[in-house]
Amino acid sequence: MSSAMLDLILKATLDTLYMVGVSSLISALLGVPLGVMLYVTRPRQILAQPALNRVLGVVTNIGRSVPFIILMVAIIPFTRMIVGTSIGTNAAIVPLTIAAIPFVARLVEGALNEISPGLIEAAQSMGATPLQIITKVLLPEALGGIITGLTITVVTLVSYSAMAGAVGGGGLGDLGIRYGYNRFDPTVMLITVAILVVMVQGFQSLGDHLVRRTDHK
Amino acid sequence: MITLSNVSKTYGQGHAAVEALKPLDLHVPEGTIYGVIGLSGAGKSTLIRCVNLLERPTSGSISVDGQELTTLSGDALNQARHRIGMIFQHFNLLASRTVFANVSLPLELMGVPRAEIRQRVAPLLELVGLSDKANQYPAQLSGGQKQRVAIARALASKPKVLLCDEATSALDPQTTGSILALLQEINRSLGLTILLITHEMEVVKRICHRVGLISAGSLVEEAEVGDFFTAPRTQLGREFITEFLKLEPPRALVERLDADPGDHSHPVVRLAFSGDAVSTPLISRLARDCQIDVSILQAKVESIQDRTLGLMIAELIGPSDKTREAIDYLETHDLHVEVLGHVQRDA
Repeated sequence: MSSAMLDLILKATLDTLYMVGVSSLISALLGVPLGVMLYVTRPRQILAQPALNRVLGVVTNIGRSVPFIILMVAIIPFTRMIVGTSIGTNAAIVPLTIAAIPFVARLVEGALNEISPGLIEAAQSMGATPLQIITKVLLPEALGGIITGLTITVVTLVSYSAMAGAVGGGGLGDLGIRYGYNRFDPTVMLITVAILVVMVQGFQSLGDHLVRRTDHK
Repeated sequence: MITLSNVSKTYGQGHAAVEALKPLDLHVPEGTIYGVIGLSGAGKSTLIRCVNLLERPTSGSISVDGQELTTLSGDALNQARHRIGMIFQHFNLLASRTVFANVSLPLELMGVPRAEIRQRVAPLLELVGLSDKANQYPAQLSGGQKQRVAIARALASKPKVLLCDEATSALDPQTTGSILALLQEINRSLGLTILLITHEMEVVKRICHRVGLISAGSLVEEAEVGDFFTAPRTQLGREFITEFLKLEPPRALVERLDADPGDHSHPVVRLAFSGDAVSTPLISRLARDCQIDVSILQAKVESIQDRTLGLMIAELIGPSDKTREAIDYLETHDLHVEVLGHVQRDA
């Protein structure tokens, strides 16, 4: 294999890591608060807002139900508005993030759902404000579940980013399509898939390790 | 210290409305341990949750340490809750925090500085006997130890009142005993007023000063614990006592019991006596003075805190006018006499 090819593979790997890294970070920053909102605004919850809860639920479900490949194309005008272009890794980050936010939110909501209602009641009996309940009880108690959810999100984003490659997003997916499929180069195809497998394994192991560190059960 | 006036709680509305608590009054004097006992679904949980407004009552007023709570909300309510500790059946400790950090939590919520938290938590852990477990996580503790942590946590904000929601119901009898002893100790040493709810008579018997019996959302009976055990005034109260003391007539006898007295039958009575009556040789006097025979079928003596309670099931054998006289005699000597029925005796 030529050194030019190796350079291409290296660049594609870094592009994928960049897309996944940035979209994971932004979707976590926005998805975790959205997940908390989905949970605390439920009826009979600490900040019960049934109407708002329904609206958030519907919006989240819409985000989750649009297939990624369609979402990517559908929001091209929005992507152009944000990053100025609809091609390349930066352009791919926008739909990746938009797709991941509701995904993260539902996983966070699910993790919060696992917390015993008795803990919230105990905190209320101590005179905790809703914000204190969120920061001192809900988030710390659900941390393991939240990290599990974020790990699933990162792994999902790795495969989505390969899809983004198909429409000019760059990265390993792009390389695999252009060199492995269009030029029918099985070596490149194999290498890109192998790198993706190693990447997913790595993220999963890191996530599992962090969950074990937070688990005191 | 705690006064509930006309407090009621209804869930739902219209036809679906469920009246969990009918309007009731309850007063817990400062420094007492007050036990509310009742069957599951009677409204105990709702009642205790109303005291710190975890459940907002539908009507009525609640005053704790002279402060009216039902008019409070938001920060003012949270401030008031700092002065009311609460412990739960399932402990409700944070699994993500160490023992030390769990006890610190109420102080963090109040904004107490780190250094002061450190100073205040150590003596609390010492009080509950868990100084050596400060850095362990709840998952590493036994049920009794978890409840001790919960007690330390509830005391951290120096409350005047402690609410106990079935605090020993998830514990084995021995551990229950040690937790009750701890509650009694903090009641005595800190002068803490304790309101507890339970379905276990043992809890009431061991540590409560006063007891309230709740049934279908109403407080049906209220008394000093000694009085409640010796002379319950309601049918439900008697059932609780009977069940607790397990003094039932033998099954073979029950089958032969007849509600109406016959020509050749004798009354079978359950006698409850307390105070001086326990140490008086009443039965032999009864036999002598009324000229009847007494066949003792079952008997036991219980100590209820500083009171002694004697219970006996006996058959009074003699002519019907004599046995009637004997029952009068017992009642004039402050015994609680209950005629269980009459049994035919072969001549």
